[in-house]
Amino acid sequence: MRFIFKTQYEQDIALAKHGGHVFWYSLLALFLVAAPWVLAEYWLAQLTFVLIYAVVGLGLMLLAGFTGLFSMGHAAFLGVGAYTEAVMVNAGVPFPLALLSAGLFSAIAGVIVGLPALRVKGIYLGMATLSFGFIVEEGIARWEHMTGGNAGLSVNPPAMMGWTLDSTESFYFLCLVVAVGSTLAILNLLRSSTGRAFVAIRDSEISAQSMGIHLARYKTLSFALSAALAGIGGALYAHKIQFLSPDQFNIIQSIDLLLMVVIGGLGSVHGAFLGAIFLIVMPQLIAMGKDFLPAAIGGATGLQGTVYGIVLIAFVLFEPMGLYGRWLKVRTWFQLFPFYRRGMFKRQKSFQKSDRLK
Amino acid sequence: MQLLQLLISGVAQGCIYGLIALGFVLIYKATETVSFAQGDLMMVGAFAGLATMTWLGFPFWVAVPAAIVAMGVFGVLLERLVIRPILGQPAFSIVMLTIGVGYVLRGLITMIPDVGTDTHTMPVPYAGQVLQMGPLVVAAEQLVVIAFTTVLCLALFAMFKYSKLGIAMQASSQNQLAAYYMGIPVQSLNGLVWGLAAGVAAVAGLLLAPITFVHANMGFIGLKAFPAAVVGGFGSLPGAIVGGLVIGTVESLSGFYLPEGFKDIAPYIVVLLMLVLKPNGLFGEKLRKKV
Repeated sequence: MRFIFKTQYEQDIALAKHGGHVFWYSLLALFLVAAPWVLAEYWLAQLTFVLIYAVVGLGLMLLAGFTGLFSMGHAAFLGVGAYTEAVMVNAGVPFPLALLSAGLFSAIAGVIVGLPALRVKGIYLGMATLSFGFIVEEGIARWEHMTGGNAGLSVNPPAMMGWTLDSTESFYFLCLVVAVGSTLAILNLLRSSTGRAFVAIRDSEISAQSMGIHLARYKTLSFALSAALAGIGGALYAHKIQFLSPDQFNIIQSIDLLLMVVIGGLGSVHGAFLGAIFLIVMPQLIAMGKDFLPAAIGGATGLQGTVYGIVLIAFVLFEPMGLYGRWLKVRTWFQLFPFYRRGMFKRQKSFQKSDRLK
Repeated sequence: MQLLQLLISGVAQGCIYGLIALGFVLIYKATETVSFAQGDLMMVGAFAGLATMTWLGFPFWVAVPAAIVAMGVFGVLLERLVIRPILGQPAFSIVMLTIGVGYVLRGLITMIPDVGTDTHTMPVPYAGQVLQMGPLVVAAEQLVVIAFTTVLCLALFAMFKYSKLGIAMQASSQNQLAAYYMGIPVQSLNGLVWGLAAGVAAVAGLLLAPITFVHANMGFIGLKAFPAAVVGGFGSLPGAIVGGLVIGTVESLSGFYLPEGFKDIAPYIVVLLMLVLKPNGLFGEKLRKKV
């Protein structure tokens, strides 16, 4: 068990709380920097995907995990970002500018969705974002002279001033920089008053309002920031996948993104990364496991969906705090050994909070 | 005349949306949770009908009730095994849970060898028949959908109004705690509501099957039933049907009068407008949450 003796107020908001954090995160950083020389090209590409999805996941985590607004159309923001990036880079705009515009356009889309979202909550918000997702997907498919429609759109590699990032390694470093940057931005945001306002809104809107938090402003801000991160993630996704078509940004993608944050662990920054790792590694594990199953099951097309569904059900039923919650439990077990009790993380019995007045 | 023709096909499609939306609303009223598995339950219902008709070889009039009852039992079991342990958790957990159930159902149906990945035609006695009413040409499938939905709605209305069970369901959906104190077995009622919702979904699946086809992805139509439920106001049973009709006719009319592409997103534009203008829907109650 570690006791932190605080002698300065700065320690309360420090990013690394103690020496252990410094050590382990440095080791992680070292591994990530060394990855291109350590990993095979295939796994490096997978790691790049993890970083891209983590950026999108951070955005959705900010919205769903920290502000308590669930978006069922987040793939739309991903799509807006991806297409903005693709169109601008293909037109020869320098890459950093295109990346920023991708974030900006997605943020604008986020504000547009956020405005009706101010009046509705819960499942109605889900419906509003779901509808927006469908409309954007159809819009992308129909706006053919800009997006190539259903025929698709190929994306040039990121380039600026005669310098092109076309190798796997260089693109990996780009994603790494963006992912680390957005993680630090989110961490900083969460310890500022804005981030605390988000968390207050999540825990109780009425209490937050009573404490002087401008609900409309902060909800819109949360939507905008979340969409901006999704857009930046989408821009990287566009370069990674190199070929965009509207059906990459459909409802399935939106649900996959939600699945990512729920399985990673709602309300934790780690959760976005763990969820992204899950989302990328799971299909590989299923592919590997196929060989051990009888051919009738292993070769079936529905296997992946079934496994996803079962994992999702299992997490919601048995581990609502997600992968990060599981890690917390394991860590506590080791820290307290042999004094860990089963009931320490027991879910609080809660009565159903009714939205009805009666 | 063209308009009337469009309206009829829109109403028939709207009835299907309405029936699926009815499932959402039943579950929402009883347990205040939203089931994203409703469309997939409908798909399983259609496959159940197909199974009873073709492999078990039941005659049509036995196969249909058998499939509906089987789905009802399935709904009760689903509630008992998966949903009940999690009741009382944040509503979003349950939404994710039902999304998971939908994934599993769709995956399992696809995994049935030789059957799951194909599209099938449902062998109904009225398939392909056409009614000529003056200049109007109406497919028998559409008439059956409209007639069956009307009958089902009347039956449900009578059940909720006059039977002890229906009144108990209404009571528990208004206030679970008070209903429990009055001696209503709220938990088993919730199970029954899930059974009822699954049964209604099966009806929708069986009605839709002759119009489209039976395949594993037909459940995605459930995503268009959400707008129907929202337009009607999520807590209102007649609202679900009316919302379904609104969505169905809007879709049908926009498919004809508006440029290509609007047909698929018209329901969502309607629902966005509805949420901005009248967030509680046409028949929804205006409520404010207490602290």
